[in-house]
Amino acid sequence: MEWFDNWGLPLIVFLPVAGALFLGFIPKANEDALKRAALAVAVLAFALSLVLIGQFDFAGGAYNTYQFEVNQTWIGAINANFHVGVDGISLPLLVLSTFITVLAIIYSWNHWDEPKNPKGFLILMLILATGMNGTFVALDLVLFFIFFEVVLLPMYFMIGIWGDRTPRKIPGFAKEVETRLYAAIKFFLFTLFGSAFMLLGFLALYFKSGAVGDLGRTFDIVELTRLGASGLFTGTFTFWVFGAMFLGFAVKVPMWPLHTWLPDAHTAAPTVGSVLLAAILLKLGAYGFIRIAIPILPGEAANWAPAIAILAVIGIIYGSLACLAQTDMKRLIAFSSVGHMGFVMLGIATLTDVGLNAAIIGMVAHGLITGLLFFLAGSMHHRYHTRDMARLGGNMKLMPLMGGILAFTAMASLGLPGLAGFWGEFMSLVGAYNPLAGLSLGVFRTSMVLGAVGTVLTAGYMLYMLQQVNLGEPGVEWEGHELHDVDRFELAAWVPIIVLIVAIGFFPKIIFHATTDSVTSLIDTVFKGDVTAALTTLRGG
Amino acid sequence: MSFEIDYLALAPEFVIVGTFLAVFVLDMLLPRGKKYWIATTAIAGTALAAIPLVALAVEGGSRSMFDGSFVVDEFALVLKGLFIVGAYLVFLMSHHYIESDRYYQGEYYLLLLASVLGSMVMSSSRDLIILFIGLELTTAPLFLLAGWKKGDAKSNEASLKFFILGVLSTAILLYGMSFLYGLTGEVTFEGLAAATAGRGGEPAIVMAILFVIVGFAFKISAVPFHFWAPDTYEGAPTPVTAYLSVNSKAAGFVGMLLVLYLALPDASQVWAPALWILAALSMTVGNLSALKQTNIVRLLAYSSIAQAGFMLVPFAAASVAGVDLREAFAATVIYLVIYAVMNLGAFAVVIAGARKTRTGELGGWAGLGAVDSRLGLMVAVFFFSLAGIPPLAGWFAKFAMFRSVMIAGGIATVALAVVAAINAVIALFYYAKVIKTVWMDDRADGFDTSLGAEPAGSLRLALALSLALTVAIGIFPAIAIFVGDASRVIAAGG
Repeated sequence: MEWFDNWGLPLIVFLPVAGALFLGFIPKANEDALKRAALAVAVLAFALSLVLIGQFDFAGGAYNTYQFEVNQTWIGAINANFHVGVDGISLPLLVLSTFITVLAIIYSWNHWDEPKNPKGFLILMLILATGMNGTFVALDLVLFFIFFEVVLLPMYFMIGIWGDRTPRKIPGFAKEVETRLYAAIKFFLFTLFGSAFMLLGFLALYFKSGAVGDLGRTFDIVELTRLGASGLFTGTFTFWVFGAMFLGFAVKVPMWPLHTWLPDAHTAAPTVGSVLLAAILLKLGAYGFIRIAIPILPGEAANWAPAIAILAVIGIIYGSLACLAQTDMKRLIAFSSVGHMGFVMLGIATLTDVGLNAAIIGMVAHGLITGLLFFLAGSMHHRYHTRDMARLGGNMKLMPLMGGILAFTAMASLGLPGLAGFWGEFMSLVGAYNPLAGLSLGVFRTSMVLGAVGTVLTAGYMLYMLQQVNLGEPGVEWEGHELHDVDRFELAAWVPIIVLIVAIGFFPKIIFHATTDSVTSLIDTVFKGDVTAALTTLRGG
Repeated sequence: MSFEIDYLALAPEFVIVGTFLAVFVLDMLLPRGKKYWIATTAIAGTALAAIPLVALAVEGGSRSMFDGSFVVDEFALVLKGLFIVGAYLVFLMSHHYIESDRYYQGEYYLLLLASVLGSMVMSSSRDLIILFIGLELTTAPLFLLAGWKKGDAKSNEASLKFFILGVLSTAILLYGMSFLYGLTGEVTFEGLAAATAGRGGEPAIVMAILFVIVGFAFKISAVPFHFWAPDTYEGAPTPVTAYLSVNSKAAGFVGMLLVLYLALPDASQVWAPALWILAALSMTVGNLSALKQTNIVRLLAYSSIAQAGFMLVPFAAASVAGVDLREAFAATVIYLVIYAVMNLGAFAVVIAGARKTRTGELGGWAGLGAVDSRLGLMVAVFFFSLAGIPPLAGWFAKFAMFRSVMIAGGIATVALAVVAAINAVIALFYYAKVIKTVWMDDRADGFDTSLGAEPAGSLRLALALSLALTVAIGIFPAIAIFVGDASRVIAAGG
């Protein structure tokens, strides 16, 4: 399979956008052809990512090595290259991305939010897929930046055109604004704000990476990782660079207090938009921390770790409390993401192999579970035309299958052992009990306790949602309404997710098998066992 | 003095002069109904001028005439290319616009060709006199063109404001130049550079430099010398506005680049801080004013003020001691070229959209995307490119700008980079507002696009060309880097 070594990743990345171009030539009226073509492209990309798993060398997780690397000159003059590759950390996320894209297209088959226009929506979805897949495999900062930004455009249009049309009073605006319009631009502005600073950070690293001319300088992540571990980046300079990158990634995660775009965007987005946003887009930020910020600036990562841990825990508690105050089902799920990503960030902040493993499995689990929750919320809204939980009561009696799946997913989301959500939460708390030697135990153990309180709150709001939506007697307003239970397209999209949630719950090794080697070698090499080593590096010793 | 003339080096200018004469004669000979041949001639002539340009580029090397006052090197060729392509696109936009509204056609093209000639001469100028003549030849015809819609009060206002402030800026610029000459006895850049070396701190020189900067700041409509721009842009015929915001602005930038980097490199401690202030003000004021615009051309006017601010950012980096001036120089040229392409595209799409919706008010554009998705797509491409969103060309312009600042280092310059980063976010808001209106707002009552006209063939060509360039440069920025490299060479020589 030699061709696959050279063409596998570029194909996975660019097939979707090529498909989007192809879709552009199919007439709007020919909906069937459009859907089939989009599905074919997505399935092909997913199939290729399965081949990738098959060909992946799971024993080859050495520090700073990548597989299926492709490195071609792109912008020669500034030494930015088309450099892509995967390791154990990016592999699960890449596969998650191709997988969810397929399911999203299947689900869309007969679920179109107003104003329909399947052609436009499918094209946007495929462009989005290219952006997401590309971010997970990029090994060059400029390339990473491009893919990181490319996802903004399709998502902006998805929210803005197909989003929620309810008018809303926004403080500071004289007139009521449609939720979708407000949410779309807010999402865009927040992310762009972060990534503008992230770019400045990247450029500063580039500037410091070599002294003589442009060819001595590099944007290459592999090279910068090597330079970073060897102690090239030192002084207050790195503090600001890390801060700049932190802004870019933290907005995307999102971390408290930069999260405010998220509830709006998620609530306003069309169903599939929310699913992709929750399942993949939120992962880009956390992935950036693991792939770029920590390996390149380990010393600063150690400096910033307590602050990140504190923000993460605030996110967990805040997200959970906010959930308890919601009346809108979709908004509740949106806030739950703030909490769950808090656990992911807490795991990352510990700077241990346990913590990073927790973060990655947490991301995959959150992608599956919250993705499914958004599918469910969308389908229920499709039938009831409301997301108000007070009116939805008794769903279990009206749509038993839908209610059952909702109950299952809520259980998974609250971290029930045996389902996928458990591992991320549990292990990130374990990691916080025992963070990298030298990090403040007080901060991390307090974080752990508060995080544990957060898990209880999580259980609280998930059960509150179930109680509101599923239990009780159906309202009189639904009498005589034809409410059909889960249809076959929904089943086709959801069953694979359910199977995976259970499978990962019982065999977390599905993920750890890929990640452990990469994570352990990363932590061992850059931190050499404790934070003083990293700080010595930082001070240029 | 030697007056040897290198005909090949002057060939692009000769072609433009030839076209100018042909248009002049045709205008007298052609009957009223056949005047559109004038436009065709002008378009063909500009395209033809690209041939000697390419020939010169292929041959390479630098050709110098008139004791080094007129030089054709890679930098000059790149900018001449920019001016020719810009003019070509503007002519394509004008073709139908000018004909359908029954304006004088012969004179219109005549004046524009004269302006193009001026800017081409200017890119080759290496002394103050030729530079000044070139710059004035670029600007003077535009005073007339801005008022081309004779019956329209706004157009008259546009012309008058532009004229008064234009003449004022010319006077200030010339005054500054005369100071430089008086203090050094030199008019060539080379001579000036040698004569001012180490004298950057002298009060008289500082004053001269400030006068020159203020003069140019009017031409590029940098804040606080921008007041003429929005009214002039709004009142002038839209293709003329496109020309003003791209070619004429680029000419101002070229003049500024040449004078500051080639003639006054040692005084960078004086001009860089001044430009720091201009850059920060232009970006911030331009963007904040653009936020509340409802007329789309006015919005583009403020946007072009803000974009000028971004282009000034690399200049400010020159204040850092020991910095490589070439990087800053190249970054501005790259930004200029990319800006030209995408801004012309934006104006072309505005002309097409205004024909379709029969209004220049943003509100009237609501729902355009649903009616004409191709036009809507172009609006999205050009405006997002202006906002600097990858993978469209604009991202690389901003990237090159940030890069030149970050590799210069220094607290003041990095602070400017932060100002620029925040401004990039503000700018997104109003660019996205246009796209939002086109794609996301519902069609207003009584908005019937079926009455509006489809873009004419020449306008379509202009759209297609700028679209192709915007996307291609965005994905393969190497195209734009070539431009930067070409200009780096000259900054090294200076």
